[in-house]
Amino acid sequence: MTEEVKAPKKEKIPRQKMPEQPAEVRRHNFDEVPLGYTPELAMKEAERCIQCKDPRCMQGCPVEVDIPGFIKFIKEGDFEGAIRKLWEKNALPAVCGRVCPQEVQCEGLCILAKKDEPVAIGNLEKFAADYQRLHGRDVLPPKAEPTGKKVAVVGSGPAGLTVAGDLILKGHDVTIFEALHAPGGVLIYGIPEFRLPKAIVAAECRYLERLGVKFEVNAVIGRSETVDELLERFDAVFLGVGAGLPLFLNIPGEHYIGVYSSNEYLTRSNLMKAYEFPKYDTPIVRGKKVATFGGGNVAMDSARTALRLGAEKSYIIYRRGREEMPARKEEIHHAEEEGVEFMFLTAPTRFLGTDDGFLTGVECLRMELGEPDASGRRRPVTIPGSEFTVEIDTAVISIGSSANPLLTKSTPGLVLNKWGNIVADPKTGKTMKPRVWAGGDIVTGAATVILAAGAGRIASNSIHDFLIYGW
Amino acid sequence: MFEIVERQELAQGTIISNWVKAPKIAAKAKPGQFVILRANETGERIPLTMADTDPERGLINIIYMVIGKSTALFKTLQVGDSFLDVIGPLGAATHLEKVGKVICVGGGTGIAVLHPITRGLKNLGNYVYSVIGARSKDLLIMEDRMKAVSDELMICTDDGTYGHKGFVTDKLKETLEKHKDIGLAVCIGPVPMMRACCNVTKEFNVKTLVSLNPIMVDGTGMCGCCRVRVDGKMKFACVDGPEFDGHLVDFDELNLRLRSYLPEEKLSYDAFKTSQGHTCTCGK
Ligand SMILES: Cc1cc2nc3c(=O)[nH]c(=O)nc-3n(C[C@H](O)[C@H](O)[C@H](O)COP(=O)(O)OP(=O)(O)OC[C@H]3O[C@@H](n4cnc5c(N)ncnc54)[C@H](O)[C@@H]3O)c2cc1C
Ligand SMILES: Cc1cc2nc3c(=O)[nH]c(=O)nc-3n(C[C@H](O)[C@H](O)[C@H](O)COP(=O)(O)OP(=O)(O)OC[C@H]3O[C@@H](n4cnc5c(N)ncnc54)[C@H](O)[C@@H]3O)c2cc1C
Ligand code: SF4
Ligand code: SF4
Ligand code: FES
Repeated sequence: MTEEVKAPKKEKIPRQKMPEQPAEVRRHNFDEVPLGYTPELAMKEAERCIQCKDPRCMQGCPVEVDIPGFIKFIKEGDFEGAIRKLWEKNALPAVCGRVCPQEVQCEGLCILAKKDEPVAIGNLEKFAADYQRLHGRDVLPPKAEPTGKKVAVVGSGPAGLTVAGDLILKGHDVTIFEALHAPGGVLIYGIPEFRLPKAIVAAECRYLERLGVKFEVNAVIGRSETVDELLERFDAVFLGVGAGLPLFLNIPGEHYIGVYSSNEYLTRSNLMKAYEFPKYDTPIVRGKKVATFGGGNVAMDSARTALRLGAEKSYIIYRRGREEMPARKEEIHHAEEEGVEFMFLTAPTRFLGTDDGFLTGVECLRMELGEPDASGRRRPVTIPGSEFTVEIDTAVISIGSSANPLLTKSTPGLVLNKWGNIVADPKTGKTMKPRVWAGGDIVTGAATVILAAGAGRIASNSIHDFLIYGW
Repeated sequence: MFEIVERQELAQGTIISNWVKAPKIAAKAKPGQFVILRANETGERIPLTMADTDPERGLINIIYMVIGKSTALFKTLQVGDSFLDVIGPLGAATHLEKVGKVICVGGGTGIAVLHPITRGLKNLGNYVYSVIGARSKDLLIMEDRMKAVSDELMICTDDGTYGHKGFVTDKLKETLEKHKDIGLAVCIGPVPMMRACCNVTKEFNVKTLVSLNPIMVDGTGMCGCCRVRVDGKMKFACVDGPEFDGHLVDFDELNLRLRSYLPEEKLSYDAFKTSQGHTCTCGK
């Protein structure tokens, strides 16, 4: 009886499932997989957040988005309030809501995760950003008075876009220089349409353009113009050129026709729209049996792209185990649902091909997990004599990328570490070269969108201080 | 937009020369460097060497052979039309130095690539022997421009319609035999020609530069599509090259990779020809 006198116990709301395209359908198209929350679903999910006084989720977000703050606005149906809250810390919420590894960042620390499923922070962030883009009032934030200072941003990935967005609002004159013919960095050439629609990236860039940011595409800094030449025309230079040098396996047969780096495979498909060949002129090998080597997001993207290009078999060949795969949980799950087959503890030793150069297979060795290595992951060791062959006609190598030396080699005064990454102060983004800042993958090595954007934010604050106060 | 301000059809319309407005690139370009061009939104990124530049007028000269969909599409562009994208200058510039006597050998459109390098070598005070060749007289390009930058120019045609009847390697060999003091050879053209030239210069132990033309996408070292094997090591032609020591290049591998998209290229070209009203099966 006493039970009933108490305020009625709130009915527990389960985590609201994101509606998505069925796996059988989506593995044949390039449309986005999650369909997005409706306002009702979003508000219901927002209700789950208990508005912690000391929100642990925020400690998991590299840019400290005010998570309970923006979720509260959604709960109240004030979607514009939500997006404004997000924009305070994150210039690219539509992107981050989709691609952040939430399970190891914000959602991983959400208090609800202890007993139940965490609040779907990523889905809510995506909702707020999409709602604004599709239905929101077209509001441009106020801009500070022009300062007369000029900033050059090299590279238009998340780091560069964030720097440009911040500094244009502070009244500086900003020009982005991008080597490719379209801006967006990995967001445009790497991450596939079905995970991050290109219209969203284009909308982010258009928004910056409307704020006054100038885009110079087809500008390969280091070749078209050097950083030193930019320094003659600009007061400050930010380098956000990413980690765009593909690593190969260095095993025999890597020259066979059908062997790609994931950078090439995804660039052909995304940037050049080879999946629409011959409407678009750039071709791609549409393999029937495709193997992708690696276990990160890039590998998942490649293996799932292969399915959409018509592969009957799409394997992920990874030398460690399932638990060691660095990809986002959702991507692994989606890949599995779509029919990607995983071969764990397997390492390629050589590619096989016909006399006229076409790939026919890959020889692999089985591995077992040994002692943990420096990264804390158990190191795979080969099992001698365990060779076996997988029949494939396309291989995509996704074992990582490192710093591209094109710009750094042509810029005297920059200090690089032993991997070729630019040395920059993590608190300011300052490099050892006066008036030059750097951030994102070119500093950290291949990392994440939000870390690159966060590095951009840090650098933009420092650049602003330098331009206004001289330090 | 990058406007075409001059256009010539060479070699019976199989080779096209364009002067294109690209002032920033013209100001920077050095011999041996190339640009990547895209005709329109659906177009491929196509690498072409700059055969010449005119920094004063802000122009670059590209000379290309019509061999597939993209170059056929380029051919439809007239004076006043524009390329959507021109990116460059890309690739490492040729390391030009005074050697004394040099020999420059070009075949087909390779002559266009060879021309600025030849001029650079000549301007440094080298004595330049040049050998240029084509299948037939009508297909030979840039004779006058090569003559202007060479001390001695030799011409070869496969069918003997002009100059020496035979391959450029004949004249290369003859010249190297006659002039033992030639210190450098630059050989640019189709892969089989460059390979043959390297076989000759190896006999004479003369250092030889070749310019490789693997398939490319970005041209900035990002994709690895242009990988070639040089001295047993993987190199990216778009940033490490396109020029390499010909005696160290694995031509077999290059040849093989150049054939990556043969069926797709044919499909694309056939569809284009049909759309342009050329429906016969003559293969042109
Ligand atoms: C396929 C793929 C999937 C990924 N998935 C995820 C994911 O799900 N979640 C996540 O958080 N992260 C993901 N990442 C990683 C994330 O995309 C990167 O960490 C992030 O984009 C790095 O941002 P950036 O601004 O440092 O550089 P980039 O995004 O790499 O952009 C650099 C830009 O600089 C340009 N540039 C390079 N050199 C020059 C030059 N000399 N002159 C002018 N411009 C130049 C490049 O063309 C490029 O556009 C993925 C990466 C890839 C490749
Ligand atoms: C650094 C460099 C400089 C070059 N300079 C010249 C030049 O000055 N004049 C000239 O006539 N040609 C040059 N080429 C070759 C030229 O790029 C190709 O002929 C052109 O791309 C063919 O395109 P297509 O669509 O007309 O023919 P396709 O039907 O697509 O291809 C025909 C053949 O051209 C090659 N090819 C196709 N696509 C590419 C690509 N994206 N990149 C490179 N090769 C490709 C392949 O071997 C293919 O089999 C150069 C190539 C490189 C890499
Ligand atoms: S930016 Fe990324 S980590 Fe931060 S709250 Fe949003 S989804 Fe989470
Ligand atoms: S930890 Fe979870 S419940 Fe608490 S504020 Fe953050 S999202 Fe809400
Ligand atoms: S063309 Fe992409 S690396 Fe050379």
